[in-house]
Amino acid sequence: MSQPYHIVVCGSIVPDPLQTLEPALGPAGWGLKNELQLPAVLDPWVAHALFEAANLAKQVPGSKVTLVSLGPKAKLQQVMMQVAQKAPFELVVRDGPAGGFVDAAEVAAVLAEAVNSIPGLDKSRLLLFGGWQSASRGAGATLQILGELLGITEQFQGVDLCQVQGDSLLIKERIEGGSYLVSELANPPAVLGWATGSLPEPPNNPQVGMQNMRLVMPALQKAQPAKVGAEGVTYAAVELPRQRRETRVVKDVPVDDIAREIADWIRS
Amino acid sequence: METLRTLPGDDVRQIMWRFADRFDLQMLVQSTRAVARSVAARLVADGQRTTHEWTAEKASLLTAMDGAGVTSMFLEPKYGGYIEGPKNLAMSLTAFELAWVDGGAATCALASDLALAPINEKGTEEQKDFVFPNICPPQPGEDREIWRGAFALTEPLPYVGVDTGVLVGKVRVAEWEEGKEPMLQVDKRGRFITNMEFANFVTAAVASDDPRIKSSCIILLLKDDEGSWDPGAPTKKLVHQLSATNDPVLNVKVPASRIIGGYTVKDGVIVPNVSHSDAIASVFTRTRIPVGVMTSAKLLSAVEPVIRYQRQRFRGGEAAQPGSPRYELGLQMNEDPCHRLVDVWATGEAGASLGFETSRICDRFDALEKGKEALLHSQGISGVRAEAKALKAVQDKALAYLAEVGKPDGDAAIIADAEADVLVQFLVHHAMTGVLIPSCKLWNTGFGATMMREAVSLMGGYGITEDCPGFLGMKWMDAQLEATYEGPESVQRRQLTTTIDQPVFLALCRNWTAELKAIAADRPATGAGALAASMDLWMWALDYLTKSKDPQGKPLFHAKRQGVSFAMADAVAWLMAARCQLLDVLELEAKGPENPVVADGLEGTVQFFMDLFTVHAARTAGEVGRIVAELVLGYLQPEGDAASLPEWETYCNLRCAVEARLAGCRLAKDRAAHAVTQVMIPEALDYPQ
Repeated sequence: MSQPYHIVVCGSIVPDPLQTLEPALGPAGWGLKNELQLPAVLDPWVAHALFEAANLAKQVPGSKVTLVSLGPKAKLQQVMMQVAQKAPFELVVRDGPAGGFVDAAEVAAVLAEAVNSIPGLDKSRLLLFGGWQSASRGAGATLQILGELLGITEQFQGVDLCQVQGDSLLIKERIEGGSYLVSELANPPAVLGWATGSLPEPPNNPQVGMQNMRLVMPALQKAQPAKVGAEGVTYAAVELPRQRRETRVVKDVPVDDIAREIADWIRS
Repeated sequence: METLRTLPGDDVRQIMWRFADRFDLQMLVQSTRAVARSVAARLVADGQRTTHEWTAEKASLLTAMDGAGVTSMFLEPKYGGYIEGPKNLAMSLTAFELAWVDGGAATCALASDLALAPINEKGTEEQKDFVFPNICPPQPGEDREIWRGAFALTEPLPYVGVDTGVLVGKVRVAEWEEGKEPMLQVDKRGRFITNMEFANFVTAAVASDDPRIKSSCIILLLKDDEGSWDPGAPTKKLVHQLSATNDPVLNVKVPASRIIGGYTVKDGVIVPNVSHSDAIASVFTRTRIPVGVMTSAKLLSAVEPVIRYQRQRFRGGEAAQPGSPRYELGLQMNEDPCHRLVDVWATGEAGASLGFETSRICDRFDALEKGKEALLHSQGISGVRAEAKALKAVQDKALAYLAEVGKPDGDAAIIADAEADVLVQFLVHHAMTGVLIPSCKLWNTGFGATMMREAVSLMGGYGITEDCPGFLGMKWMDAQLEATYEGPESVQRRQLTTTIDQPVFLALCRNWTAELKAIAADRPATGAGALAASMDLWMWALDYLTKSKDPQGKPLFHAKRQGVSFAMADAVAWLMAARCQLLDVLELEAKGPENPVVADGLEGTVQFFMDLFTVHAARTAGEVGRIVAELVLGYLQPEGDAASLPEWETYCNLRCAVEARLAGCRLAKDRAAHAVTQVMIPEALDYPQ
């Protein structure tokens, strides 16, 4: 059986995707209209990483999971009421902005400092998890930079599977054409940027939640402020990705007809 | 002018409803919401409300609630729960989240708690140890069936009606061997029993049918007990179909140790330690509140779908081009739909405030009640009359305490002494709950159902279709049943009749009125002044009606004269709801700055909620004024002159004081209506339709 891992999941919150997201220029620069007041969720890409981390930790006894998060701590606290019920983890927080208008390198620097501050961290057993992408910005660069800053050269992006195989890990990364690049990782440390993974969202478990909150609340209270932004960057234009929501309520339509309609739409 | 920016989120609600420091409750809210807006909503959207049968699909709701901790919410940690202490606020929050989507799903959760409540409130430790560990869902590695309960009280009396004081369920001694535990034969036919389809235990109210058993009791029945266990046919409810309701026929033999609260044997007679009426009084004291909260949840849940419907009403038509007011605002270009939505919203806020405040008071009351019982027991005082006598003895102290509390510079020693006195605090809280609980159940569901109709009307014909977002038509009908659950409106009014004229409650009222006047002095543009004046008017009217007689010489305020007493009960419910609403807004104003999320835009949020309160306070003033006018003047001789009323001048002054303080209330409504046109709403509902 493999030695225990210390899995550090990096990620933060994003506005609930069902909300109206409207870019707006405020005194502190670009953001979303009423961003602070919009309900937030854990970035879905990070959520996959967290659930996979918890699953891996369960398979390798002695492993532990730490969630490192940079975000406004009051909003993080709210999100933790839901997330903390999903899996056991410890939390390290840096209090700062989590929107889509911060620079990946600055975020990575703050996260690197936060990871390095984890007491008793054994980097030789470190698996650095995170989202391959993000629901707030799609640069896909933060985790890679973070890995570099921490001196981790084994990096896997677009991961859908990480399976224990004796002392090593089998890792599947997405490549083009729906295929996977399969690798074997003999030893940590490594960076795994998760795609969707393969696990469903775990059900809520209030007992786990209560257990987590004993550590989460002190972590939030002692969150250090972090100054991140995008100093010197000028945004020439800001707009949401074009989206179309054309909902029709249709009942009793055969599956074949639905499939045909979707195929026609794609062709068009 | 700053106004409400987004629909109020969890941060705002946690402050207003006072659970910002309760992480256990915040987690409960999140996990219950996940069940409501996924499993429960999908069941409704898939048409599961169209059948009375308990289907496999509906049963998935139970599994989801087990997983989310809703089932184990009621339990103490030592039995596998995760919330320590009283659960009234927890139950109300659970009911709120589930009823936001479907009242039946909420009832399904509450019915389990109702079955457990007699054991929790009056059961012996052995009974708790026997039942509670089985309620908790099996943990990994455990192989056992989860116990699910039903509470069987109401009786099958077709064409006669039901009366909780008259029990058809009977209990007899089946076997009683010398030196052994007596075995009892229980014959119980229930009617309209929620959860019965899948219940494997029932807490049933039964009366003695045997001279060897004294009085009635609540008794625990298990599905595996010897005898017959017929869950009965499903009730053909028009509403709440996500809860299983049946008319069971149970005839089982059980040991006497199943009598809730235990028993003693005196002179060869089994004497239950707790009668069924004592047990249900204690149970219903608490469980009525979440039912009231359920209806308020419906009203608040209607806000988002109504706004979306109003704004999008003309989109797609040729005359509504993007950027035009017709396209952006839709029906909200007009004042009326916005004003009506403000009324719906204000009612929902007031009901929720009343429900959660009552729940919090009950959480405190639970400990006081236990403390009172322990103290009286230690003094050798037992029995209803002896207890009443002991409590009567401290009433003067309670009144003296409230008098000091009501003064700006009250005697600190008297206050401290009374606050440390369990019996005094019990009396004060008893007076509060005696009015607040029935008010919540009565007003939230009764007027709530009326306003739910208004919400449905704002959706036009869409409102009464299955496709209506937010299931508003179904919620309207559900509200009507909620007005009936756990004692119909007349039961609540009857209870209020006996509690609203009690000296301790009236002393509380005087203090509350003084507080409202102080608030009004600081905030003259709010409805606080109108509310204070309405309370003054109501108290004067109660006093007048209590000492006055009609032309036939019959007393006006009398328990049997429901035309008067029930109307005064209705009025007090309006007042209680409005007061609680104001207190929540003030709490938000005071604590909001401490939370950076809430602090952002707090001025607009508080202004909006205060405007909603002012709108509601004005309506309250109108209702109270109407009721008082009808009662005070309506029993004078028709040919007489109203001015001949002995206290005509006082009455006129009080009425004028109310109406003078309505100044600005429509300006507040205009502001709230404007906010409704500006507030950001999500792109789509977060549950299916």
